[in-house]
Amino acid sequence: MKYEAIVIGVSSGGLNAMKTILPQLPADYGLPIIIVQHLRAESNGMWINALDKICGLNIREADEKEHIKNGNVYIAPPNYHLLIEPDRSFSLSTDKPVNFARPSIDVLFESAAHVFADKLIGIILTGSNSDGAKGLAKIKKAGGLALVEDPLSAETPFMPLAAIKATEVDQILKLEHIADKLKTIYRS
Amino acid sequence: MIKTTPEIEISLLLEALFQKYGYDFRQYSRAHIARRISNRMILSNIKTITEIQEKILHDNSFASQLLQDLSITVTEMFRDPSFYLMVREKVIPILKTYSFIKIWHAGCSTGEEAYSMAILLKEEGLYDRATIYATDFNQAALHQAKEGIFAAQDMKEYTSNYQKGGGKESLSEYYTSQYNRVIMDTSLKKNIVWANHNLVTDSVFAEVHLILCRNVLIYFNKDLQNRVQKLFFESLINGGILCLGSKESLRFSDFATSYHELDKKQRIFKKKYNGLS
Repeated sequence: MKYEAIVIGVSSGGLNAMKTILPQLPADYGLPIIIVQHLRAESNGMWINALDKICGLNIREADEKEHIKNGNVYIAPPNYHLLIEPDRSFSLSTDKPVNFARPSIDVLFESAAHVFADKLIGIILTGSNSDGAKGLAKIKKAGGLALVEDPLSAETPFMPLAAIKATEVDQILKLEHIADKLKTIYRS
Repeated sequence: MIKTTPEIEISLLLEALFQKYGYDFRQYSRAHIARRISNRMILSNIKTITEIQEKILHDNSFASQLLQDLSITVTEMFRDPSFYLMVREKVIPILKTYSFIKIWHAGCSTGEEAYSMAILLKEEGLYDRATIYATDFNQAALHQAKEGIFAAQDMKEYTSNYQKGGGKESLSEYYTSQYNRVIMDTSLKKNIVWANHNLVTDSVFAEVHLILCRNVLIYFNKDLQNRVQKLFFESLINGGILCLGSKESLRFSDFATSYHELDKKQRIFKKKYNGLS
């Protein structure tokens, strides 16, 4: 398998989407997963604990300067952008919102594309703005794999549609098939 | 180790910036620097980072533009209201025991949080015995901070922050509106000393009771974070208080055990006697 990390961007309807995908992945799934979910600034992270309880993988908030490890699912903290450093650790920033969002999917995806280049999988899920479209295009341009949730099955189609418009995506998948795809990639 | 071309270009650019102008971004988090440089490339229609390097070496005005790009950090009044609530609850009672109070606000940028602290001290009856040293290396930002003029459109959010943060009056008591701007009350400025200080290259300048440095260290790499933590440790009196941003910690520094946690969630720390437990 050539891939080394997965980044996921998700907005409205995101909790449901993650509840569908993440519990299907086994505890020894070998790729780290890094997620930007748009949240209100004052969100308290209780939902991360709830998600962690139903998943084999460790679901946790990404910590500043923490090194990315396999078997973990990292979620961007509310009100900070999440970036990936060349040494594969996390950085946080309080820079201005991008696409009205902080954390912004584009910010994570672009920095991840710099670091992982063609060893990165980017996924855009349900959401109601266009954040992540540019970032996914960057991933694709760097040789990575671009996956998008089928707008027809997404709770809110706008974000998948914007991503499909912005780049030639590798595959459009129904929400319930995404975990299978990720398992297949890992086994290949 | 083989590095990618942009990584090499960024290293060389930061080296040039340091050698020519003395501003040292070499130990800043590279992902941030890369992002800001790429924004500048889009804005100025520049194709490669090497081209930026050429421009900063031969064009002073472009260099100062890039310095602003690299240094501007966004701030707001009463950012993280629950932090200010905790300052009122846990920090103010300690400050009240001192007859005079020196506060260092490190990396104050355009001053929003320094004014927030001034307002809080006023409401807690401590302003007259306090001096706030508000420092930043960005002269343009400091100048703006000193003027105390902010966009009126932001005041709605700041008012909401202020109220959630335990504000006792109406925030509008502390400023005058003029068209689309507001000017902070001069009585707030009286005890604020605005000064140029660079956390990366400068040393300790005062002994203080309280240090606020929130969401500055996240832009630094571990080595630089450690350098700054040493500076803070040496600047604080025994029992002095250190306030970091809500996602910052002492974990990767040599000073992790030199403080008590006054409030874990809000990242408020109290220096142990000579740092010893």
